[in-house]
Amino acid sequence: MSKIVKILGTGCPKCMQTTAIVSDVVKENNIDATIEKVEDIMDIMKYNVMATPAVVINEEVVIKGRVPSKSELIEVLMG
Amino acid sequence: MFDWIQNIADYIVFDLLGMGSESHLSEALNFFIYDTVKIFLLLFVIIFLMGIVNSYFPIDKVRNFLSRNKLYGFEYLMASLFGVVTPFCSCSSIPLFIGFVKGGIPLGVTFAFLVTSPLVNEVAIGLFAGLFGLKITTIYVISGIVLGMVSGIILQKLKLERFLTPWVKDILTNAEKEQDKFISEKQKFTQRLPVIWNEVLKILKGVLPYVVIGIAVGGLMHGYIPEGFFEKYMSKDNLLAVPVSTLLAVPMYSNASGILPVVQVLVEKGIPLGTAIAFMMAVVGLSLPEAMLLKKVMSLKLIGIFFGVVTLCIIISGYLFNIIL
Repeated sequence: MSKIVKILGTGCPKCMQTTAIVSDVVKENNIDATIEKVEDIMDIMKYNVMATPAVVINEEVVIKGRVPSKSELIEVLMG
Repeated sequence: MFDWIQNIADYIVFDLLGMGSESHLSEALNFFIYDTVKIFLLLFVIIFLMGIVNSYFPIDKVRNFLSRNKLYGFEYLMASLFGVVTPFCSCSSIPLFIGFVKGGIPLGVTFAFLVTSPLVNEVAIGLFAGLFGLKITTIYVISGIVLGMVSGIILQKLKLERFLTPWVKDILTNAEKEQDKFISEKQKFTQRLPVIWNEVLKILKGVLPYVVIGIAVGGLMHGYIPEGFFEKYMSKDNLLAVPVSTLLAVPMYSNASGILPVVQVLVEKGIPLGTAIAFMMAVVGLSLPEAMLLKKVMSLKLIGIFFGVVTLCIIISGYLFNIIL
């Protein structure tokens, strides 16, 4: 099943970095996932996060408030 | 504590480069090397420590605590302290702001957080410690926290909820005391460390050019401007100095890390410390990019009132410091 990965962030450098890392990991590991950037603050707030960037996989917040490392992304994306 | 850095600077300038200790250039260069090494060392230590605190800090728990308990004024102090430990990145300010509103936390308390968060951050603390020493840094941090509290209390009294943007007002009316569960991250320190470490390097790299330029300019001024030069123009008796320098400082931001080293030299050359602290608080704490971000959640009028109240508090504290220090 294809995963929907959303990156929540208002466009700050950290959020862009997170997006880059997520797309790298997806590409490198041939993960079946679509990546969406959520930049609108109103949409971001629907996920109840108080610190960006955040990574949402299939509507579940898995990482918030920091740029994730590749290894932990692989873990959450493959699991 | 930093004698060894002075020794290194002396060695490089006087022995390695063979410059005489009397010339302006050698004095400026010596100062530049000493300050750069010391400041980066302190920045490194403080950003690293704050990174660790940050990584473990339970934002959601604090928010829920603030929203659930009646604290009889203590909530302002807590929100202000909360602002100290939250990250430097201003892009998290808005999500945090909304998170607070959602939890039914009074607007004034949220403002207390919003004032202290940029004002007392790891880069500012590191620079202050390097440039002005522990005593002034402590004064800066404590007054930053108090400033957040006082501004928050004043803004709460003004009942500004009506000036929020409509979608935030909606959130406000639907605010709930109990927040639903959140996933707390269980990570080992060894897993957190690389993330913290990268963050430290990134912040340092970001401020590096500004700080180096600032110290270079400061170094030149240190070598060439005579002691007490500014006393003539900006003495404590000059009542306009504090408000003028505060107002000048509000629009400056991106180069705050470059401005602080220059201000340090200005103080050395006779600008009163209170005036300088007011100036720096306004540089670090209030900025146009921040105002632009806030437009998402506040009307322009509210941003104006918010900045106005904080500016006023900064000016008052500038006068206070000039009297006390």
